[in-house]
Amino acid sequence: MFFAIVLALFSCSRHSVHEKSPDIQNHLKYVSNSKKMVKIDGGIYEAFIGKDSGKIVKIETFYLDDSPVTNADYLSFLKANPQWTKSKVKRLYADSSYLRHWKSDFEIPENVSPDAPVTNVSWYAAKEYAKSVGKRLPTIDEWEFTALADRNSKNASGKPEFTDFILKSYQKKDKNKQIIKKDLPNYYGVYNMYGMVWEWTFDFNSVMMSGESRKDNTTNESLFCAGAAITSSDLRNYAGFVRYALRGSLKADYCLNNLGFRCAKNLNK
Amino acid sequence: MKRLLYLLSAFLILSCSKKEEMISPDSIYNVGSVWEKQDGNKISFIDFKGKVLVTTMIFTSCKTACPRLTAEMKKIENEVGKVSPDNIEYVLISIDPETDTPEVMKAYLKTHQLDEKEWMFIRSNENDTREIANIMAVKYKEISPIEFSHSNIISVYSKNGTLAYQKEGLDNDIQRTAKEIKKQLEL
Repeated sequence: MFFAIVLALFSCSRHSVHEKSPDIQNHLKYVSNSKKMVKIDGGIYEAFIGKDSGKIVKIETFYLDDSPVTNADYLSFLKANPQWTKSKVKRLYADSSYLRHWKSDFEIPENVSPDAPVTNVSWYAAKEYAKSVGKRLPTIDEWEFTALADRNSKNASGKPEFTDFILKSYQKKDKNKQIIKKDLPNYYGVYNMYGMVWEWTFDFNSVMMSGESRKDNTTNESLFCAGAAITSSDLRNYAGFVRYALRGSLKADYCLNNLGFRCAKNLNK
Repeated sequence: MKRLLYLLSAFLILSCSKKEEMISPDSIYNVGSVWEKQDGNKISFIDFKGKVLVTTMIFTSCKTACPRLTAEMKKIENEVGKVSPDNIEYVLISIDPETDTPEVMKAYLKTHQLDEKEWMFIRSNENDTREIANIMAVKYKEISPIEFSHSNIISVYSKNGTLAYQKEGLDNDIQRTAKEIKKQLEL
């Protein structure tokens, strides 16, 4: 009998530990992953959207995944971290569309390749995935900086044919069902920056859109102005505008069937 | 003696099951990040369990919207009236954790005459700050080393940590927010 009480006491104290720190309960397990990363040499670039327009942004050298995270990659993350499966995920961290096209917790959609980019994942999920493989999400600036490169140069933003390529990529259908790395890589050896999926960035919620900016202490009218006034000098703004508008409209628990992610890493780690 | 033991163990089991009470899947108590308070002590959101939580995100060196946001929080507190500190917590969350050290946060509370019984100022790292901003639907961006642009949102959380009400923008909805807080206090 005493034994039972001791046991009960013990189990109580364990519960209260759990209650104190939910992160222990949802402890993230490390997952090994062999996705190739590419070193992106730091530099400066001119931000071209919104109130940052014309601002020179400095980028430190970093590593970026050479392609978006795939369904297969994500499945191995789920196997190690079942708290992120569609049946177990906390509503705080993902809306009801989370992995909606997956047949079950561990079954990727039938008509989609394991090597296609994972989609219908929230920002929280993407961030935890990145953490589980010892990486992080890239910032908007890191992503945009890398995306300036065409096949042969680091910065192709002055080339009209590059803008044309981007806009055409954005019009393709069912991009999210393609297999990664089927297109040619850019100057750095990075694939699928365009024409596959939209990608989460760490600080996507730094983009403030018009609708609410009326209420914000710094308005961001120029974001829309830039979009409305498509001047021939900078049609590329239009493509950038599309990306920024999407980022500005997202919430971190949103899951969309054409929104995936790739990971980044600091140089010194 | 045996009966007593049974009673005791029944009591234990009861107290256990109470502790095991599930945290709602959309509760802010699920957030595991650890925050530093103005007194240097650590806190997590689960520690607010049982209290109505009123939050906003600011940074102390802000000269424009933040003083007004803080003033609105105070107005809301006045409107709500005297409540035991056991039942409510007004929390300021720093979006500039590098500048807002415990000393700075403590000084800020003092300057604005915010009683540390009901008021708290917390900070964490960039990662956890980005996450909590997302949970509270707050957007922010560093526009210079000392300036951030950010949404002006005051959130009210129930005693279970679920979002009860959000007030967006300045100069509005003070009464409505206070009313919602009173309602949550009754629950």
